[in-house]
Amino acid sequence: MVNLQKKYQNGFEAVPGLDLHIDDGEFLVLVGPSGCGKSTVLRMVAGLEDITGGDLLIDDVRVNEMGPQQRDIAMVFQSYALYPNMTVGDNIAFAMKLRKTDKTEMAAKVAEVAELLELTAVLDRKPGQLSGGQRQRVAMGRAIVRNPKLFLMDEPLSNLDAKLRVQTRAEISKLQRRLGVTTMYVTHDQVEAMTMGDRVAVLRRGVLMQCASPAELYESPQNLFVAQFIGSPSMNVVRGNVSSADDHSITLSLGSQHVRIDGEARARLAGLGEYVGREIAIGIRSEALGGDGTASIDVVVDLVEMLGSALLVHSTIDAPAVRSIDTGVEISDKAESAVVASLDPRRQVSEGSRLTLTLDTLRMHAFDLETGDAIGRR
Amino acid sequence: MRLQLAHPTDHASVVHWPLDEPLDDWSLPGMHRVFGLHRHVVRLLETADVTYVVKELPDDLAEREWRLLRALAEAGLPTAEVVGVVTGRDDQADGLLITRHLDYSLPYRSLLSGRGLRIPYLGERLLDALSGLLVRLHLAGFYWGDCSLSNTLFRRDASALSAYIIDVETGEHHDTLSDGQRRLDLMIATENVAGDLLDLQMGGLLADGIDPVETALAIETTYRNLWDALTGIDEFNADETFRVDQRLRRLHDLGFDVSELELVSAEGGTRLRLVPRVVEHGFHAQRLRALTGLSAGENQARRLLNDIGRFRAVLEKRSGKKVVEAVAAARWLDERFEHAIAAIPPALAAKLEPAELYHQVLEHRWYISERAGTDVGIDETVASYVRDVLAHAPEEQIVRPAT
Repeated sequence: MVNLQKKYQNGFEAVPGLDLHIDDGEFLVLVGPSGCGKSTVLRMVAGLEDITGGDLLIDDVRVNEMGPQQRDIAMVFQSYALYPNMTVGDNIAFAMKLRKTDKTEMAAKVAEVAELLELTAVLDRKPGQLSGGQRQRVAMGRAIVRNPKLFLMDEPLSNLDAKLRVQTRAEISKLQRRLGVTTMYVTHDQVEAMTMGDRVAVLRRGVLMQCASPAELYESPQNLFVAQFIGSPSMNVVRGNVSSADDHSITLSLGSQHVRIDGEARARLAGLGEYVGREIAIGIRSEALGGDGTASIDVVVDLVEMLGSALLVHSTIDAPAVRSIDTGVEISDKAESAVVASLDPRRQVSEGSRLTLTLDTLRMHAFDLETGDAIGRR
Repeated sequence: MRLQLAHPTDHASVVHWPLDEPLDDWSLPGMHRVFGLHRHVVRLLETADVTYVVKELPDDLAEREWRLLRALAEAGLPTAEVVGVVTGRDDQADGLLITRHLDYSLPYRSLLSGRGLRIPYLGERLLDALSGLLVRLHLAGFYWGDCSLSNTLFRRDASALSAYIIDVETGEHHDTLSDGQRRLDLMIATENVAGDLLDLQMGGLLADGIDPVETALAIETTYRNLWDALTGIDEFNADETFRVDQRLRRLHDLGFDVSELELVSAEGGTRLRLVPRVVEHGFHAQRLRALTGLSAGENQARRLLNDIGRFRAVLEKRSGKKVVEAVAAARWLDERFEHAIAAIPPALAAKLEPAELYHQVLEHRWYISERAGTDVGIDETVASYVRDVLAHAPEEQIVRPAT
């Protein structure tokens, strides 16, 4: 996508200009909140929305004016219905029958797809004799058999129940890796995005906020929006102050508390040197609190949630919350904010008690309060 | 739990249903399973006054479908009447969507597996109805995303069928559709219909004479022909303005009305370009309703209007003077239509809608008159139709699966 644009007749710019390259065989997930333009981008790639500016290239060929059929792409899961009187083989093959494919070629293709999907043993069975997972794989087979250059999936799991969603998510990922077909997947669910994509492109109001591997998005968000959109629980972000900085350390103030950052952490946040005496947004993920760390903050515990794998501790500190909003960055007018820490589940923590949480300064993040951009290495 | 009802006074009984329980566990009197392929639990519920279809699906999809079905109805498109939606049920991940059963509708499985439902040229009729529905949706900016026979119900419409969209889970409403959206919708429709028909064939349930692949592939041609007839731009010489009237008549014949005509001069004023803005289907049905108050399908209405025309000609010949159309229609309703319907025993009359019954009486009259070599009177025709046809016809008001 080279400066790809979508502007509607009423003047609304859904996508002002998007540059994005997807490698052969890559699984790219487009994620963002409702109205961020992700489905519009997918529909432009599919040929369902007219492109009003820029270029869309598939295998270096400009396809802006081509219809959906000419682009050699497959929209997956247009329908989940399997036909009860047809065998698994017939369910996979019938679209080829419609295109009047040669019988020998059709049989070979069905055998190949069945092998890939581990359905060879059940090819002669009817859908009623299959398990839920096998039925999902047959539905996938209907799309795969077309052998497209690109799979497009628009929230394909949204109408499945929670259990089947997790199961199908894994099936799709596994299959995509086995097939190696370039895939573009749209979702509003950041867990789906993080668990499935080779890379994840985060969109907001039609603008690409960051495109990176799930680990990079999580560990090194380029801006406050990505930092707060990715991750569950969401990153704790509060207003802080850069009290002092020298070549060896930086001191940050979070409300009445002070945190000294030195060593490797100091190098990671070297850009803070230019912010001495100024306010910034400080971001701390829940798992950077209460584990290993060289610094600490004191909190009052409001609520404890036992998740089994972790203990979520909700507490309060005396610094206002900061969040990314459509028009920029918003600082709460309340002097206190909620902070969530993810602790070892064996720890004993009681509600209403005071608690000292260790802080892993290597995993702290800082953002400019005006632009929301990450402040990192100089 | 939250229940939203569209017309609470008409559907007050809904609040007494066990809305908090899984649909599969309901055991109300009059509950049945529903024909066809379903991704969700769907049940038919017959009450004393109304028959409902209840579907269980995730809250967000139920809300979305509720909104879309209401938008379809507001746009005057043929769909099932949406009654209510239930969301946020205790301990239930899914909500409920409640629609009113479309009486006298025929699911494709019962239609095509031949239950004594005689409809000539069935494959073509089905195709015309489905393509016509898709064109109407597209003209109104609706993208279906899963057009199939399973997601459609059909109603007899004189010798043709009319199609109703009943499942819009994948639908989207836009101001207008791009060519790409229309093409993809058509591609999905073709593939789904082929699947539906092949499945029936493999189950030994498809009536003879219908080729699944050829029937499905023909949807594209039928769709394109209708789309071009409705939206195509005509160009003609400046002195051929009669072509405007010609085009309007052609659109009316197809059952569509035109909200706006744009005439643009071209080539220095020697040529005119006509751009129609087709909005409404149901040209004949609306005329019939205005003249007689009768509700009918488009083809039934065309048929009944022709009969009114013939009746008017007889009146004029008898009196030797012009008869106003509204007067002729009022007398036709009383002396012909109501008279014929009243002569049918009530238990049998419920098998079909009144407009369809009258159409079939007219068909039967033509058939027995030709066989007798003379015009057969209406009373004799009705008696013969009831005895030889209607008494043996299946019940169609509500088609239930065999138990």
